[in-house]
Amino acid sequence: MARDGGVSCLRSSEMLNVGLGGMESPPLDLDEVHVLAVDDSLVDRIVIERLLRITSCKVTAVDSGWRALEFLGLDNEKASAELDRLKVDMIITDYCMPGMTGYELLKKIKESSSFRQVPVVIMSSENVLTRIDMCLEEGAEDFLLKPVKLADVKRLRNHLTGDVKLSNGNKRKLPEDSVTVHALLPPPPALTLSTDSSDSSPPLSPVEVFSSPLSSQEDDDVLTTSPGSSPTPEESMGRRQKMRSPGLD
Amino acid sequence: MDLVQMQKSLQDYTKSLFLEGVLDSQFLQLQQLQDESNPDFVSQVVTLFFQDSDRILNDLSLSLDQQVVDFKKVDPHVHQLKGSSSSIGAQRVKNACVVFRNFCEQQNVEACHRCLQQVKQEYYLVKNRLETLFKLEQQIVASGGMIPAMELGF
Repeated sequence: MARDGGVSCLRSSEMLNVGLGGMESPPLDLDEVHVLAVDDSLVDRIVIERLLRITSCKVTAVDSGWRALEFLGLDNEKASAELDRLKVDMIITDYCMPGMTGYELLKKIKESSSFRQVPVVIMSSENVLTRIDMCLEEGAEDFLLKPVKLADVKRLRNHLTGDVKLSNGNKRKLPEDSVTVHALLPPPPALTLSTDSSDSSPPLSPVEVFSSPLSSQEDDDVLTTSPGSSPTPEESMGRRQKMRSPGLD
Repeated sequence: MDLVQMQKSLQDYTKSLFLEGVLDSQFLQLQQLQDESNPDFVSQVVTLFFQDSDRILNDLSLSLDQQVVDFKKVDPHVHQLKGSSSSIGAQRVKNACVVFRNFCEQQNVEACHRCLQQVKQEYYLVKNRLETLFKLEQQIVASGGMIPAMELGF
């Protein structure tokens, strides 16, 4: 059963792997996408973790901005040489969190030399345009409206795979002898959960039927205001339009 | 009751929960995340939701019972409950939380008390319904059957 605290794990067997500080674990396969998920809600953490894993991502889930910074090695002035090897391909964070908001975390990440290139996605239950603009302006990759759906995560994942393939030159290479800080990582998903499963999972038609009219699969639902809303600056509009369905072309 | 009947019962029961608005499409999203490698995912998440919500409702009762209600404490709790209920598809709980938050903003103590009652009512309802749903599923699995995928023809 999951336990609250720093890192959430679904299965008790995974708890054996918990604990920062030099536990030996195999270096990450460079082809695997590693996502750091940040959310103070336990329920949401479990869901986002599962959403990411079902789309073949490795996930580290933490419950606060502070723990995220700690994990990234950004919580003190001196950058740790070991932690500098950390491979994080995306950070997805809740906006509303006590202590440090997702926006504040975003800023800190973009200020860091090691991680400013890492795409940061913000999640929020509130569709507030000014909030969205603010995050995009600060360099957020995307903004997801909660509750997050599988289609949202798949879209992010596809986008990410594109980036990883194209810009492998930018990604830090893991030296063979480094010990990564992935003691927190759960074991890889079972073999049955291949990438294929995300495309040919159990009957999707009922869900597709149900979710297309209601969900915000198209970014339009996330981005549009109600009719007759106040005009937005062109710049923000442009940025938000750029967000639209990057993976749906 | 034979397996086919049990499966039909489960489908009808689940459908009724959607029709009554007790659950929304987000619950279906959770079901999509359940498979052979994670066969209990939905009930795991829902159980966490129950544990979390029990705690929050308790805290809310305490906060609202204070001589001077501190809305700075009350609102985050409601926000949290709104979020988690939304994440599992407990639509009526979520909606009740939305109303609750409005009254928190207005700092209307009496209305908030009523809202809390409403939220509790919806919560116990969805808790009861989901517990029944999981029992039905368990019966099917115990009889060697599979949980049918949701067919939504409505």
